[in-house]
Amino acid sequence: MLTPDQTQSIFDRLKKFSSAGEVELIITGGRFALTRFANNTIHQNVAEETAVVSVRTQIDGKTARATTNKTDDDSLRRAIQSAEQLTQVQEPDPDLLPMAKPSELPARQTNAPSRHFDSTARITPQERAAGVGKIVDIAKKNNIVTAGIFSTSESFEAIVNSKGVNAFHKQTLAEISITMLADDSSGWQKFNSPDVANLRPELLADIAARKTRESTKPPQELAPGKYTVILEPSAALDLVGFMFYDFGAQAMLDERSFLNKRMQTQLFGSNITIHEDAYHPLQSGAQFDGEGIPRQRVALVEGGVPKNLVYSRGNATRMKSSELATGVGNIAPTGHGFPLPNEMGDAPMNIVFSAPANSTKTLDEMISSTERGVLVTRCWYIREVEPYDKILTGMTRDGTFLVENGKVKAGIRNFRFNQSLVEMLRNVEFMGTPVRASGEEAFDMVVPAMKVRDFNFTEVTKF
Amino acid sequence: MSMKEIASWALNTAEQRSASYCDVRIVDERSRALMTKNGKVAHASDSETLGIGIRVIANGAWGFDSTDNLSRESVDAAAARAVEIAKASATVKNQVLVLAPEKAAVADWTTPHQIDPFTTSLAENLDLLARVDEQLRKVEGITLAEVNMNFRKYEQWFYSSEGSDIHQTRFVTGAGFDVYSFAGTEIQKRSYPNSFGGQYQNKGYELVAELDLLGNARRVAEQAVALHKADQCPQRNFNLILDSSQLGLQIHESIGHPIELDRVLGYEANFAGMSFLTTEKLRKLKYGSDIVNVVADATQQHGPGLGTFAYDDEGVPAQSTPIITNGQFTGYLTSRETAHAIGENRSNGTMRAESWNRIPIIRMTNISILPGEKPLTFDQLVAGTDDGIFMQTNRSWSIDDKRYNFQFGCEIAWEIKGGKLGRMLKNPSYSGITTEFWNSMDAICSRDQWTLWGTPNCGKAQPMQTMGTGHGASPARFRNIKVGSAFKS
Repeated sequence: MLTPDQTQSIFDRLKKFSSAGEVELIITGGRFALTRFANNTIHQNVAEETAVVSVRTQIDGKTARATTNKTDDDSLRRAIQSAEQLTQVQEPDPDLLPMAKPSELPARQTNAPSRHFDSTARITPQERAAGVGKIVDIAKKNNIVTAGIFSTSESFEAIVNSKGVNAFHKQTLAEISITMLADDSSGWQKFNSPDVANLRPELLADIAARKTRESTKPPQELAPGKYTVILEPSAALDLVGFMFYDFGAQAMLDERSFLNKRMQTQLFGSNITIHEDAYHPLQSGAQFDGEGIPRQRVALVEGGVPKNLVYSRGNATRMKSSELATGVGNIAPTGHGFPLPNEMGDAPMNIVFSAPANSTKTLDEMISSTERGVLVTRCWYIREVEPYDKILTGMTRDGTFLVENGKVKAGIRNFRFNQSLVEMLRNVEFMGTPVRASGEEAFDMVVPAMKVRDFNFTEVTKF
Repeated sequence: MSMKEIASWALNTAEQRSASYCDVRIVDERSRALMTKNGKVAHASDSETLGIGIRVIANGAWGFDSTDNLSRESVDAAAARAVEIAKASATVKNQVLVLAPEKAAVADWTTPHQIDPFTTSLAENLDLLARVDEQLRKVEGITLAEVNMNFRKYEQWFYSSEGSDIHQTRFVTGAGFDVYSFAGTEIQKRSYPNSFGGQYQNKGYELVAELDLLGNARRVAEQAVALHKADQCPQRNFNLILDSSQLGLQIHESIGHPIELDRVLGYEANFAGMSFLTTEKLRKLKYGSDIVNVVADATQQHGPGLGTFAYDDEGVPAQSTPIITNGQFTGYLTSRETAHAIGENRSNGTMRAESWNRIPIIRMTNISILPGEKPLTFDQLVAGTDDGIFMQTNRSWSIDDKRYNFQFGCEIAWEIKGGKLGRMLKNPSYSGITTEFWNSMDAICSRDQWTLWGTPNCGKAQPMQTMGTGHGASPARFRNIKVGSAFKS
């Protein structure tokens, strides 16, 4: 782990090798370890230590980047030379802004709680193995087998530029993901937190085992069609995650966003309110973007109406002079740009859903209020079929249940869905309290369980 | 300091700490990414990474540690940590870890290539991208054009406690373009020569010239615009012809992944999923029709695929394994650890790692369908189809976690009536069950229509590893396939 002083020292050495007018350094790295188990055995167990130095040079309206994982003088000199060579052969881009100065940075809106915990950073292979041992014990008690991971990391991220911007972030993360498997059924749970003390392997294992047990007889096949679904937070997360890149200004300027021509309209149900909030206590990650700009809290959707986008510095300028500027809400750098140069532009990465006051339902309440529907633990292999209505296809996985007369009745075979995300967010009947959720298709978010009517299942698979 | 000497520090430390096996991979990797977007340079970057990965067996279990610091102190410490991790692994195990025997190898191999892409002119490369971009945006209705070029040089030194000493250098080149048209309430897209970045092969810069990006720009851009006026692809069962790139992805998802033996044995149950191909099906399952013949072939003779190498990352020589033979399921992708599970006493050489900081896992090599033996061109295939649909270029792909039920969307399609291509159709998709689909194949074009496609971005494992795989295919026809359910509402 490098310190802020060490990153500044690397930048000072780097700058000496550069003839470019402007230089920017991003350093990321740390130590990561992951213990992986399957068939009640630890079968893979890995660790990594690295620091990646990424250099951007800017000369006369042109910019490029070079990256190395070495910090000796020769490697830094080579990186600078590569970046300068890539920069010099380009045509100038009149839209490229000079590198940011500290005086033009928006203030951080609030201080986020610490995301670095020594207890997580100090976790040993033996302690991870002991955690896995507890999960395996629960599998054995249930006469089933388990597969999953227990990972821990301590990482840092720093950005320094020749105009004086200097930002540093460090954090830890611990994560457990568990699948329990019987002959004809399975269950799953996943959770992560910067503080390893918040991980409860036995609780997660018990829930995954219960889901497996409750569907352990041969799953029934239910005909495809439109059903009321109850999406657990991880299932909701992986679906809604497909729309947030469209909230970046670049997607709008590229005319590849489903929000083009739809901002400030009642696109979703009035119960849908979403913020981008890097400072939320359940969020994770750095509070600055790829140019070192502090992230701002942004109201993306209020009462079902898309209100604002997120912006890199350059895209805020471009949007202001664009014919799209009217009606896209506040236009200003929000601290959501990716490191330059890039084709993606900007995106919100700290999504927080709000549930309407006094109307949240627990998962049990959603089930008990459902005459006939499907409870979905997790989704799998989601892909965008159509980008403007945001039709997504994918499968349910590891715990799909028929709900009848207010009760979970039985496990059912997994469905394929083809569902418009826009339509889905018009059909949310109830939401739970938003929680930090983690899936496999989208980045982590603070998102609730959702009860959704008329969810479109089009096919059923063999298990 | 030689790589061999650095590796010897790790091998010695692991042995001193009672590891029963150790292998070391030192990787020196360089890559370049260039991209234009609507007339500007959107991406220009170089990247290099050098590090060491140390894999050990101690107390009968695996451990792995990696570092980018190649000093003696750091390498010794990483090797010691790998042994410590293995001993921790051994506290939760219920099966004995046994590696299939393999002779130690000493070798030096490099991708056959004509032009080292890193020696080519940056200015000329950017100029080519700019000229393609200009051609694309000359077509009225185009709202976004992205053109890209990517190079990679991957040099690896492999040493094992069994005496292997293998040096390999692979060159990868990729290029292509995507073009979008937004009109009304619809975004249409076309790509060339394939979606998601174009074509990738283990070749030098010569691939870029072979692709003729400039010569195809206008035609493909016009198709993107024309899709707005095309009819919606109907929803019913059709005789379906797939172009070779889409068939390559179909192979990847519904043959390549299910035959990974680690997946079959449950190693990927928590993330990438399992497989319907349980071991009792070997040499018993009728996977496809009699004309379906598929191989897993990593040898240089198969072609410049992204799965071509001389040795895998366990030091096992590249091999060609029959996967489906005249429709019969005949082989899995295996490793030294898993080969015994199907009664084999040798790995068929498919263990590959993304870089120095990842362990090798079972990976597709070049999973290719063999072309038809009788001459059959694409035009002849269409001429022999009375009523059907021809789909081209993937747009979306999804398959369940045991690889039964799949759905693919393509960028464009044409109706086939009376043996001729007819009206253009937009938003085509098809779906099915893996073995039912492959058993419906009744024609495949011959060798002159066969292309070895590269999939550069296959994700698997925890922590996630991205790997390039190869898929050779000719256009083929499938009878009575469900079309259009993606848009059923």
